[in-house]
Amino acid sequence: MAIIETRDLVFRYDDGGDNALDGLTVHIEEGSFTAVLGHNGSGKSTFAKHLNAILLPSGGKVWVGGLDTADEKNLFDVRKTAGMVFQNPDNQIVATVVEEDVAFACENLGLPPEEIRKRVDDCLAAVGMSEYARHAPHLLSGGQKQRVAIAGVLAMQPRCIVMDEPTAMLDPSGRAEVMGAVRRLNREMGVTVVLITHHMDEAAQADRILVMQRGKVALDGTPKEVLSQVERMGELSLSVPQTVELLHTLDPQGQTLSHEALSVEECADQIIHNYLGVRP
Amino acid sequence: MLKDITLGQYYPGTSPVHRMDPRTKLLSLILYIVTIFVVKGAIPYAVCVLAVMAAVWVSTIPAKMVLKSLKPIVIIVIFTGILNMLYTPGREIFRVWILKITAEGVTTALTMALRIVLLVSSTALLTYTTSPMALTDALESLLSPLKKIKLPVHEFAMMMSIALRFIPTLIEETDKIMSAQKARGADFETGSILNRAKALVPVLVPLFVSAFRRAEELATAMECRLYHGGEGRTRLHSLTYTRLDLIAGIIVAAVCGGAIALSIVL
Repeated sequence: MAIIETRDLVFRYDDGGDNALDGLTVHIEEGSFTAVLGHNGSGKSTFAKHLNAILLPSGGKVWVGGLDTADEKNLFDVRKTAGMVFQNPDNQIVATVVEEDVAFACENLGLPPEEIRKRVDDCLAAVGMSEYARHAPHLLSGGQKQRVAIAGVLAMQPRCIVMDEPTAMLDPSGRAEVMGAVRRLNREMGVTVVLITHHMDEAAQADRILVMQRGKVALDGTPKEVLSQVERMGELSLSVPQTVELLHTLDPQGQTLSHEALSVEECADQIIHNYLGVRP
Repeated sequence: MLKDITLGQYYPGTSPVHRMDPRTKLLSLILYIVTIFVVKGAIPYAVCVLAVMAAVWVSTIPAKMVLKSLKPIVIIVIFTGILNMLYTPGREIFRVWILKITAEGVTTALTMALRIVLLVSSTALLTYTTSPMALTDALESLLSPLKKIKLPVHEFAMMMSIALRFIPTLIEETDKIMSAQKARGADFETGSILNRAKALVPVLVPLFVSAFRRAEELATAMECRLYHGGEGRTRLHSLTYTRLDLIAGIIVAAVCGGAIALSIVL
């Protein structure tokens, strides 16, 4: 069943420019991990903001968990179904103690203190931050802060988490920490993840990639299908992983080498198999 | 480093005074302050002095720290003392030129000085043993009856706690902007006060712009986490009175009541 569904979604900002979203129709399955790629101005962040009713459609419809986001009385339930993690971890942490910040959403839900305690402990464990429960957030590293922010959203027990470039402000080790936490909560807890990103290596970890251009879906498929289309990705001003790039340079037509190699091992196997005649 | 500044003057610990509910502490302090301004006579004041000393001893806060909190008020204490001594009419004990000192003046001066010292040291004890967040929670809880007359008590408390949360973040940002300006030749350390103040303008403008941007993002993030005001909100650490608060409350009430009773009887 589709947890997120948009039909002919159109959105135009007030500044009178072109449509930021221009007839976008997307289905996202429950429990899936979808990455949304696109160069700046492709509409990917605008799309994310529609999944949480931060922006409402100028035209078309958005359903989250079967609820129409344009209906004011669904607002609370839409936001409870689809949690949102933003780019800057500093600007989404509310409290001066980590565990109180994670508790914030539960406190707003009006849950009893014992239930809040349990959820806070579970969520901090899920992102690997249990030992920092009593720390002050401003003394944590970027990756740690972002994991606290994820735990804070997770504590609402949303069915879906939408992340708008959560690693854009982090260093490589922080990015790895956050991506590890995201994969874990998708695989182990079955939370649907929509990851807006411009890092190809992060997108490659998803089950499905949507590439957006000028407010429309330009490419849609598994990471292997999408990332192996070197020319098409180039037209969309996106790069492909270096492994694909290498195979493409060696054999532009793809006659002997398959371009669908996202890991270094797969790439090496292809080359060894085809040029040295050794079976992988 | 700017980043390491402490908020308020909280001195962490596990003493009974630390563990008391912040509301009990706040109410006790108010009762105590009323007492020191109501009582008269040497013995009741001795009781008040002993009470604060006992509280400091129980709290395990080093006495040196409490004395340090009195340092900024030394001048005020001396000034009020002298004025009271000179301008209180009464029986003259001695006179220098046109300045006459009266017996009543000496008593009033000593009382005023003692009151100010007790006021500041007891308040310092509260801020040493209670974190700013706990104080905010206590204020919200104690003022909640005012919600009935439509005072936005919860909103004020939320604003306070968010301000406390963002102080280190904004200090860090100021640091960063100042470094960036220094790298481009800005000079914050030399020149007249006016010039140094002027040099701060290019720091404050970007700081304000970014603070507004942060505020907007934070508001969106809070809404996304279902924040909808104080209505129906629960807390992870809700304030609860324990037996400790009962005992402490009885002791404080007995001491203050006793001091007032003594000053009436004597």
